[in-house]
Amino acid sequence: MINLETPKKYRGFVKQVHEVAENFLRSNSRKYDLAEHAYPKELDLLASLVDGMNESGQSQGAGAAGVRVKDDAKDTGVKNGTNMSSVLSVIEMCWGDVGLLLSMPRQGLGNSAIASVANDEQLERFKDTWAAMAITEPSFGSDSAAISTTAVKDGDAYILNGEKIFVTSGDRADSVVVWATLDKSKGRAAIKSFVVPKSLPGIRVERLEHKLGIRASDTAVIVLDNCRVPAENLLGDPEIDTSKGFAGAMATFDNTRPLVAGMAVGCARAALELTRELLEEAGVEIDYDRPAQSQSAAAATFLQMEADWEAAHLLTLSAAWMADNRQPNSLEASMAKAKAGRVGNQITLRCVELASTLGYSETELLEKWSRDSKILDIFEGTQQIQQLIVARRILGLTSSQLK
Amino acid sequence: MARTDPMGVGLKVLNRIAQSTVIDRLGLRDAAEKAVYHGAKNGFRAAGAAQRRFAKVGGPGQGARPSTHATGVFDLNPTEDQQMMVEVIEEFAREVLRPGAESAEAANDTPKEVLSQTAEFGLSLINIPEELGGLSPDRSAVTGVLVAEALAGGDMGQAVACLAPSAVATAISLWGTEGQQQTYLPAFGGDDVPAAALAVAEPRMLFDPLALQTRATRANGGYVLTGLKSGVVRGGEAELLVVAADVDGRGPSMVLVEPAAEGVSIADDPGMGLRAAGLSRLKLEHVQITEDAILGTPDDYREMIRLSRLAWAGLALGTAKTTLEYVKEYVPTREAFGEPIAHRQAVAFTVADMAIELEGMRLTTLRAASRVDQGLDARREIALARKLTAEYGMKIGTDGVQMLGGHGFVKEHPVERWYRDLRAIGVMEGAVLV
Repeated sequence: MINLETPKKYRGFVKQVHEVAENFLRSNSRKYDLAEHAYPKELDLLASLVDGMNESGQSQGAGAAGVRVKDDAKDTGVKNGTNMSSVLSVIEMCWGDVGLLLSMPRQGLGNSAIASVANDEQLERFKDTWAAMAITEPSFGSDSAAISTTAVKDGDAYILNGEKIFVTSGDRADSVVVWATLDKSKGRAAIKSFVVPKSLPGIRVERLEHKLGIRASDTAVIVLDNCRVPAENLLGDPEIDTSKGFAGAMATFDNTRPLVAGMAVGCARAALELTRELLEEAGVEIDYDRPAQSQSAAAATFLQMEADWEAAHLLTLSAAWMADNRQPNSLEASMAKAKAGRVGNQITLRCVELASTLGYSETELLEKWSRDSKILDIFEGTQQIQQLIVARRILGLTSSQLK
Repeated sequence: MARTDPMGVGLKVLNRIAQSTVIDRLGLRDAAEKAVYHGAKNGFRAAGAAQRRFAKVGGPGQGARPSTHATGVFDLNPTEDQQMMVEVIEEFAREVLRPGAESAEAANDTPKEVLSQTAEFGLSLINIPEELGGLSPDRSAVTGVLVAEALAGGDMGQAVACLAPSAVATAISLWGTEGQQQTYLPAFGGDDVPAAALAVAEPRMLFDPLALQTRATRANGGYVLTGLKSGVVRGGEAELLVVAADVDGRGPSMVLVEPAAEGVSIADDPGMGLRAAGLSRLKLEHVQITEDAILGTPDDYREMIRLSRLAWAGLALGTAKTTLEYVKEYVPTREAFGEPIAHRQAVAFTVADMAIELEGMRLTTLRAASRVDQGLDARREIALARKLTAEYGMKIGTDGVQMLGGHGFVKEHPVERWYRDLRAIGVMEGAVLV
């Protein structure tokens, strides 16, 4: 039966996460926006709280590891599972602060990658690590197949060489999931991911970036210089299977894109809520029954933003719902990411405009959200990459036909 | 109200179709072509062509109300009943409405055969509870949206014509007194479903259904109704009207009007699209109505406006989906500069955006409908669904023509009709209801 409300069983959980977001993230938003690269120590307490919730089951399976597909084939009913609870949790946390959510210890994108593709032995071995994700290199961004970091088998280890940029939490995490090629001539199929502990010799943080937004989150340049990584840290199949191509490594994105869409949804909701309060203080009421064109321009603008937000929100939840119900969702994940990425950015920027200099000033967080939201239309696949994916799927075209 | 057997609507609709002349279903293709062009008649003429009179029965007490119920699980799957019903209606839309769209448009009307076929389906009964002679054990706005979407997937103009009597029946079943329900609803369950229209819009700038110029003022122990209505579906044929009017001392409300009453006249008022819906203007000049002609409260009126907007959102989904499907088929086959135009990002990304916005507006509309079914406040969600379907429904319509270039502008392809139909979304008020 069609129902798109927050699942009943997660409502209490969402409320809890909202309180955490308000008290730990939102309250420290400006502080770590101004103190870029300072370690948000408040998060240590929060992280141990989250670990505790995970162990006691109160977390509803949410968090970076919630994207793992669990084997419960016997259950044939409609499921609201960990993909849903993870997305709901991310939305609330990013209502609090996107940068701080990205800085949550042991909740990195690398952790999601491990949860998505690791075997059971690896999952157990890496369960306590805080893993960052390293894909991008100075010479490429969206074109992940162009990876030039190499991994050469040497006995019971691989030797990794290369430079990785835009590594979220690359400084604070204690390991990095590095994408590298076993043989550049074999194309995408030769690209594998490796869990590289930062304690190994040969891996170092070169520098940290200064950014437009999400300043609470550290973004590192990482250099691998003859870094010897145990062979058992390779995630997935070590063989180069050209028939399978890139699918294995890219599968992570089907799970993480709804999460990034959720980040945009949460950030935009923060801006909408504050803008609505400020509009009401200024005497502008939003009337859902009267035609928008008969209301003030500000109210009509707000209605348009809220409508776009609603679409992004529901696309995000539906992509997560499909993952929970084992339906292939790469099309829907990209649709959610495309819509949420762009409207998250448009909404936050428009809210600044509506609030005029009040919105532009650091006295409110509106200007910060409009800076934070930009990255959400870029990382985990830019707007344009999502459009390519959606268009190829809808039109039945290959990547060589639709470039 | 007790929850009745959930195996309701779909099977009953299927059963009705089985009893009706299923074999004739496909024969209707020809029927649509037989529709006679009569064009738009000029000026107002006496309404109430069919002269059906409704003998008043029953009392003023509150009539029966359909039940609602909630579910706690996020779920995108329709019920099996809904799924079955949608499949049948989609087939009807594909086999009958779509091939007949061009001639229905030329005739400015929907063929009687098509209307009686949907009446045989029980289209006007789907949202009426069983104890009132309807088919539904539970009212469902979701079902209404899915039905509107499926019908409009064939042709929005004919879909509106088919759904118009259902709007009136649904309004009476949701908000009628016992007497109003007993007087009017049995006719909608019979073989000869009356033509009926829910007349809300008025022809003027910035029309707001909460600020009406049509007024009912106290007179002779009842009211006298005066005003001008537009967007009245098949007004010339209507046997029963529900008219939106500002009722003395009450505010905007619904009023039941039998078109044979003195002072009621109708004029054809065709627009850029929806021509098969036979849109008309309705003139009300000192029409005497009785106290018991008032349908529901002003709050019910607001609810009617919302549910009507939801139905229009559902219609937008169907036509937008059909437009996307058409463009998807076209752009890989059309070549320019030595390769299919689908291979160009400018084209492919436009198609991607059509798909993304369609999915977003569909989910938003379904959420709004499911909130209605659960008895939750759906004001916000309905407003957002209306906003999205008006904005992106039209965007999909205009991109649909654009992707075919000059070929989209000529009638060789149906995209120009869908473009005209989609402009109705966000403009129309009333007429249809879920």
